[in-house]
Amino acid sequence: MERLTFDLAAQPLRELNTFLHTGAKEGKVGHVTVLNPDGAHNIAVGLDCPINVEVVGHAGYYAGGMNKAATVTITGSAGTGVAENMMSGKVHVKGFASNGAGASAHGGLLVIEGDAGLRCGISLKGGNIVVGGSVGSFSAFMAQAGRMVICGNAGDALGDSLYEAVLYVKGTVKSLGADAQYEPMTDEDIDAVASLLDQAGLDHDPKAFRRIASKRSLYHWNADANQEY
Amino acid sequence: MCGIVGLLVKTPALREQLGALMVPMLIGMTERGPDSAGLAVFGTPLAENERKISLYSGLTDDGADFNWLGLTHELKGHLGVSATVEPKGNHAILSFDIAPTVVKRWIKEHHPRLHILSTGRSIDLYKDIGTPAEVAARYGFTGLTGSHLVGHTRMATESAVTPDRAHPFTAGEDFCLVHNGSLSNPNGIRRMLEPRGIRFETDNDTEAACRFLEWRLREGDDLETALQKGFEELDGFFTFLMGTPDKLALIRDPFACKPAVVAETDDYVAIASEFRSLAHLPGVKHATVFEPAPEEMYVWNA
Repeated sequence: MERLTFDLAAQPLRELNTFLHTGAKEGKVGHVTVLNPDGAHNIAVGLDCPINVEVVGHAGYYAGGMNKAATVTITGSAGTGVAENMMSGKVHVKGFASNGAGASAHGGLLVIEGDAGLRCGISLKGGNIVVGGSVGSFSAFMAQAGRMVICGNAGDALGDSLYEAVLYVKGTVKSLGADAQYEPMTDEDIDAVASLLDQAGLDHDPKAFRRIASKRSLYHWNADANQEY
Repeated sequence: MCGIVGLLVKTPALREQLGALMVPMLIGMTERGPDSAGLAVFGTPLAENERKISLYSGLTDDGADFNWLGLTHELKGHLGVSATVEPKGNHAILSFDIAPTVVKRWIKEHHPRLHILSTGRSIDLYKDIGTPAEVAARYGFTGLTGSHLVGHTRMATESAVTPDRAHPFTAGEDFCLVHNGSLSNPNGIRRMLEPRGIRFETDNDTEAACRFLEWRLREGDDLETALQKGFEELDGFFTFLMGTPDKLALIRDPFACKPAVVAETDDYVAIASEFRSLAHLPGVKHATVFEPAPEEMYVWNA
């Protein structure tokens, strides 16, 4: 398989994304290196073929957004909305990620080795997210399906208004959101965490994680609840 | 939207390059703020009894042709004060050695459309409408020197696009603030401050935050205490970057709706809304890059 390099200090971003949307589908190029990303927005968005893209440096907003089948690695940090609405494949951030990482991802795996900002995994719809560090407040808000493994700590209102997504946290949780609760870890949970950690390349004891899932008390409107949940 | 940038050089030799390092940072934030731009730069303070004010003549009939030297002659004639002036088109820095309130009152009386941008011993302030590149070229930002600066590119959402509503805002002496975001209670803050004799110059929400924090500092709070009261009183979305003669300070609202990223090396601390404004800085590839947490205070000393 061929390898290609795009230097964003010398080439416009559109040239990279156009190649990834068209030429890459011919299947001759297996690996694309992106140099000098310098915080540009929309790097390697909307991919839909199995190609490896390595971004060397810091990416801006929405890197790897809507990813399908491809593997996108960012050696530095990622801005707002990394891997937003991912369908499948993998997005791996070696540094930290800003707000809204993996928002509404339907599938695939998002790995963030450092910390993630606020609202990580908001409205998650089936994707998996593994965070090596901590996540900010309001993470997994209204998350519907999929799993989040958090190796560090979580901020306020973790898992607020959760649907069927399941969260695993190793560190401390500042506060749980409405309708989220701790549940006992089953063998299945331990296997799931072990498998996700393995895919992420992170070394933690799966038994050290706690499971958080929905109480499901918000699923049906309760006129007598008087807005007290 | 809006973009904010801040730069504080730790290595004294870099003070000469402060403006040159900053201009690409400001231009990098053009997409976030294309309608106005401005910055406040802090340098070696004047003597204890001296003050300087930054003035803007763009709203007068003469605009960039304003007779700045004539202004110093008038001040000599009326107030007997020997002022020096450094003009740059529609902008000038006026220095003198009497109480600034006397000079400012005289200017408001005799040149009501001359806008006073800042007052102090350390601060010079420039702001105008136009793209960041245009404003930077208009005032020769590349040649600016000093220890630290605070800059802003504006995409107006809460008040009109005019030079006086551009950022930074100032209040009192040697204090400035830039803002990315929108406050939801600026009028409440105004109603609290106005009966205390604090006067506002615009209807801009950021001016309320600036005057609130400067009021707290003047009441004796240190910067950290004032910022804590800011968290308690100011409601809305904000990333604020503030400058004083010896400090650069950054805070973000509890929801962190507005971005910020910091790059720190042995030579400098640089702050911007996004990394793309930091990418050109020397040694940034080996800098410590981090995202400041919400509701935390970050204060760097010049």
